[in-house]
Amino acid sequence: MNVIETKNVCVSYDKKLTIHDLSIQIPKGQITTLIGPNGCGKSTLIRTIAHLLKPSDGAVFLDSQNIDKKKISDIAKEMAVLPQTNNLANDLTVQELVTFGRIPYRKRFSTLSKEDHEKIDWALEKASLKDLRNRRISTLSGGQRQRAWIAMAIAQDTDTIILDEPTTYLDLTHQLDVMLLIKELNEKEHRTIIMALHDLNHAARFSDQLIAIKKGVLQVSGPVQEVITKNNLRNIFDIDAKIIEDKSKPMILTYNRWRGGQV
Amino acid sequence: MNQRLKFSINIIVGLGLLILLTMLSIRFGANQNNNSTVFNAIFNYQAGDIDQRIIRDIRIPRVLGAILIGAALAGSGALMQSVTKNPMADSGILGINSGAALMLTLSFVFFPHLSTQGTTVFSVFGAAFTSILVFMISSLKKSQMSPTILVLSGMAISAFFTAISEGLALVMHLKQDLAFWHFGGVSAVSWSQLKNLGPWILVGLVVLIFLAPNLNLLHLSDDSIKSLGKNINLIRILALICVVILSGISVSLVGAVAFVGLIIPHIAKFLIGTDYRQIIPLTLILGADLTVCADLIARTINPPNETPFGLIISLIGVPFFIYLARKDGNS
Repeated sequence: MNVIETKNVCVSYDKKLTIHDLSIQIPKGQITTLIGPNGCGKSTLIRTIAHLLKPSDGAVFLDSQNIDKKKISDIAKEMAVLPQTNNLANDLTVQELVTFGRIPYRKRFSTLSKEDHEKIDWALEKASLKDLRNRRISTLSGGQRQRAWIAMAIAQDTDTIILDEPTTYLDLTHQLDVMLLIKELNEKEHRTIIMALHDLNHAARFSDQLIAIKKGVLQVSGPVQEVITKNNLRNIFDIDAKIIEDKSKPMILTYNRWRGGQV
Repeated sequence: MNQRLKFSINIIVGLGLLILLTMLSIRFGANQNNNSTVFNAIFNYQAGDIDQRIIRDIRIPRVLGAILIGAALAGSGALMQSVTKNPMADSGILGINSGAALMLTLSFVFFPHLSTQGTTVFSVFGAAFTSILVFMISSLKKSQMSPTILVLSGMAISAFFTAISEGLALVMHLKQDLAFWHFGGVSAVSWSQLKNLGPWILVGLVVLIFLAPNLNLLHLSDDSIKSLGKNINLIRILALICVVILSGISVSLVGAVAFVGLIIPHIAKFLIGTDYRQIIPLTLILGADLTVCADLIARTINPPNETPFGLIISLIGVPFFIYLARKDGNS
């Protein structure tokens, strides 16, 4: 079953058409990752799926319903979104930030319910932030900060979580922390994950499905093994790579620049 | 410390300080008098007594004006900072004061005999026009409104409008009439102004307090807010109207008073944290504290001359602000 589908979606941004006639299906309960070179429209597509941008043509369907016809307060109970740059909210404590995740369930001016408190604790626990709950965001390391934002999305307790390049600006260890946390959410909590990633090896290792885009046009989509092939890497990323297999997932070993059919 | 207790203590101290400063402001000034004159002026008023009249007709409206203006300036500063997600925002930096001042100058040029209400309408219109202009310029680019562009366009507009008003004032020989505006001060606030404009400020302040819980959302980016299922456009528009009314009226009453809107919200945040339901009430009280205190100093430091009010505010506010910034940075 598909949680999200796009049908013939076109998106223009600053009067330029950045997504062309794109139709994809994103299966429920899996990790689906968008890949593609810089400026290919990954972020635009993820923002469109997240209902943050309006397609100029075509439609996005969430659980087979046109997302445009849904109330944004209802959408917020079905999918949580972690936008790309989060340099705001630095004065808040971790706990205050995570509490925002409960907004879709709260009535105006009401205090936090028992369930709200439980979900917040659960989110902090999942993101290993229990000991840091009273620290201000500005005092955290990049990795901890990103985990705090993910914890907010966890507290929103939605079936689907959308993340736009969650590992950007993090060092290797913290990138891995974030990826493992995402994997855990998928496997243990059965959340559907949709994200955009730069790192092809991370994408290949942690995803079930990949969707590759170039210049706003869908190139190939499907299970990881089918997408990460020598030919696709040449065509989409202009790289010539050696691909090996590790733990039954493809791994890209060496890169060479691929120009006009030659190494 | 328990957050609620901390909030209560701050509010009580702020209010206590305000009451003390208000009493001192009524008691002391260029004209010497004693406690019994003050008591009589309030409870046993005799219009024939010049000392009593000074207290009743000059000092009391003046201090009430200072309270309202302080709350209005600080409150609209807090609102601007939150809505534009820009800690540097206040009505001065975003050019709104200069727009109000330009319209005020124009009203002096073309309608020299206008009443206070008349000039206030001009001033509020100028504030509205300028804020729309600044927001339009900074959202010309379709991407999310960047705080830097907002401040830059505010400063550009401010410089442009100030140049026009200054030029007009020079050419039309209005320097004398507008001098008070440049220094800013509550000395000219009268009972009739308070009766006409006070209610508007109060309405603005009440709307501000009702907006406060929604401002907490603005700690997040617009994308995050939308994905939490909230629409903040209505809040933005209400906030903007509120800022326009508050700063437009403030400018027409007391002129360009810098810093109150910039520093008071930061001080309030430093004292009680990040929850706008608590920040806003404390901001209003602290703003009133600062203006009443500044006005008291302005007229007692070198009597019978008045020291410019805006100068005193900068002298009190800026060192305190730097102290807070340093202390916060160290911890």
